[in-house]
Amino acid sequence: MGAIKKFMYINRTAPYGSIYSLEGLEVALIGAAFDQDVSMAFVDDGVFQLKKGQDTSKSGMKNFSLAYSALGDYDITKLYVEKESLQARGLTVEDLMPLTYEDQDDDYQEKPSIRVVDSEQLADIIAEQDVLLNY
Amino acid sequence: MLHTVNKSPFQKNSFDTSLRLSRKGSDILLIEDAVYAALKDSAIAKTVKQAVTTHSIYVLEPDLMARGLQPARLIKGIQIVGYEGFVELAVKNDKVQSWL
Repeated sequence: MGAIKKFMYINRTAPYGSIYSLEGLEVALIGAAFDQDVSMAFVDDGVFQLKKGQDTSKSGMKNFSLAYSALGDYDITKLYVEKESLQARGLTVEDLMPLTYEDQDDDYQEKPSIRVVDSEQLADIIAEQDVLLNY
Repeated sequence: MLHTVNKSPFQKNSFDTSLRLSRKGSDILLIEDAVYAALKDSAIAKTVKQAVTTHSIYVLEPDLMARGLQPARLIKGIQIVGYEGFVELAVKNDKVQSWL
């Protein structure tokens, strides 16, 4: 097994209007099986993927928002949300699903996976990645 | 004429174009990702508030619900309709223009 690489999935699309969001989530979950350092970024309309209270009962689509809560179990514990994208859409972190992961490197407590960062911080995080995948 | 819009206003200019190229007083129905245009406190809320005074703006409830948008988060004056309301708007108007 080679050196561990930093993989980031950059999500810029809203859910349901196109297949990109669901594909991005599925690929991230699949990729998690390869023991790499995986993170996800939610930028532009991608922040809408994490909106809480999604209910597809009247539209007949699959509500895949529930699957985001599985990310922590797949060791995807860093979900970066761009602050500027939230603000432009009238959203705050309280509008997002309270996603958590169990911190097995430290005290085994449930900790929040969502990290709101500003554009400058996210640019630095992106610059550190080895592989970037876009959805 | 009924104008429908189905793209996010943050990603495409379909909503802006629907406003520019529709007569005052006409019906505009926001469906699919266009329902995000109805959110208050967004970067485009000012445009939408203005549009509510010149057009009848509707938003499709099942698409709002799928995206987790509660009625309380919408700009005042936007009317929520279900699939039946969509059909009524399509029947009431002589033509439908879909801004994609």
